[in-house]
Amino acid sequence: MVIDYSVGNVRSVCNAFRHIGCEVELSRDPAKIEKAAGLVLPGVAAFGYAMKALGSAAQPVRHAAAAGKPVLGICVGHQMLFDTSCEYGPHKGLGLISGNVVPIPPGQTVPHMGWNLVELPEDMDLFADLRPAKHFYFAHSYYAQVGEGQVKVAYTDYGSPLTASVQKGNIYGVQFHPEKSGKQGLQVLENFDGICRRNV
Amino acid sequence: MLTKRIIPCLDVKDNRVVKGVNFLNLRDAGDPVELGARYSDEGADELVFLDITATIRSRKTIVDLVRRVAENVFIPFTVGGGIQTVEQIDELLRSGAEKVSVNTAAVTNPKLIAQAAKRFGNQCVVLAIDARRSKTRAGRWQVCVKAGSEPTDVDVVEWAVRGEELGAGEILLTSMDADGTLAGYDNELNRAVSDAVNIPVIASGGAGKLDHLYDAIVQGGADAVLMASITHFDNYTITQMKEYLRDRGLPMNL
Repeated sequence: MVIDYSVGNVRSVCNAFRHIGCEVELSRDPAKIEKAAGLVLPGVAAFGYAMKALGSAAQPVRHAAAAGKPVLGICVGHQMLFDTSCEYGPHKGLGLISGNVVPIPPGQTVPHMGWNLVELPEDMDLFADLRPAKHFYFAHSYYAQVGEGQVKVAYTDYGSPLTASVQKGNIYGVQFHPEKSGKQGLQVLENFDGICRRNV
Repeated sequence: MLTKRIIPCLDVKDNRVVKGVNFLNLRDAGDPVELGARYSDEGADELVFLDITATIRSRKTIVDLVRRVAENVFIPFTVGGGIQTVEQIDELLRSGAEKVSVNTAAVTNPKLIAQAAKRFGNQCVVLAIDARRSKTRAGRWQVCVKAGSEPTDVDVVEWAVRGEELGAGEILLTSMDADGTLAGYDNELNRAVSDAVNIPVIASGGAGKLDHLYDAIVQGGADAVLMASITHFDNYTITQMKEYLRDRGLPMNL
């Protein structure tokens, strides 16, 4: 299920899931969040705006994540998994993964926009059949600095290593847009769908 | 490191993809949704759809087209042609486009770029420039508007710099002199603009052979190459183009 913030373009994410034959519903209803096999936080708008738009749906998402339901954050949705962001002032995130969202280090053109290579670690199940590395489509100006803890991280190189994906148990985040990353992007969504199915 | 991008361009008129020479003598090149999906499957990095009729009546048609494209295309795509207001941009982005390109309206109302960039982010706003070599000033180009039909006094390089200042995230630079000729990009133009701005420049107009793509990137300094004739009429596949560029040492998404 894709969480609806009623802002921006969430249509593309839904289209991509439908394309791979996955049933998807756009909603922010707590009852539906509880029933869903998996949750997707799509990447739209700026951090503060997106958190505010998530509003009352934040708590049910936290509960579902704590209960072991697979959660996938995309772009800003991925950033929202962390503790804080400093995009347009300080904002609190969902705090599901320890770390903070900070600007891309100076020296590179911002936003980081286009196709970049992501090294895909062996132990991240979101990237089954895609290893050792694939290009994905990025469009962002901030990135997540992952804190201490049992977190798996995949990086992309943009002058310095930037967090491209994280996994902490059932919680997954991708800074890139799998729904806009061609075949390899659709494969990531299929893998997430598989993770959700195995979890039910 | 970001890869160099291969961007097929689909000029759309009456729900069909067409392609001409120097913006004239249009040939039919197929169904936009079908062709878009094919390029997406074949590994294109992005797509550009330009509504070249861009009348009031075609406005609704282009929104419908964007919706249908978005259901079948899973790479970023840009939509342009006749866009005049922030509301129109909002509608196209909501319908599934990743970016919009503005051309004539930006020249007559430069504030449109600033307003759109502020509301949707620079990365959503592409400044499309149709450039024609000046007959009076050597080594300069003039901006043409209304699908290239109307030359202005605006200098292309100066306009590109101003566009970046206003908040455009990218420049789609079409050489009208080279367009559809298959004789190669105008790399003097590409170099003049890419040296003057810090945002990505998409070279457009003139691709006919694989080495033209390489030259636009290396000589012209382009971050991306746009083409129509050579892909629509099956001269080269996307993969052939990418492998060629990769083998010549450029970073490509393959």
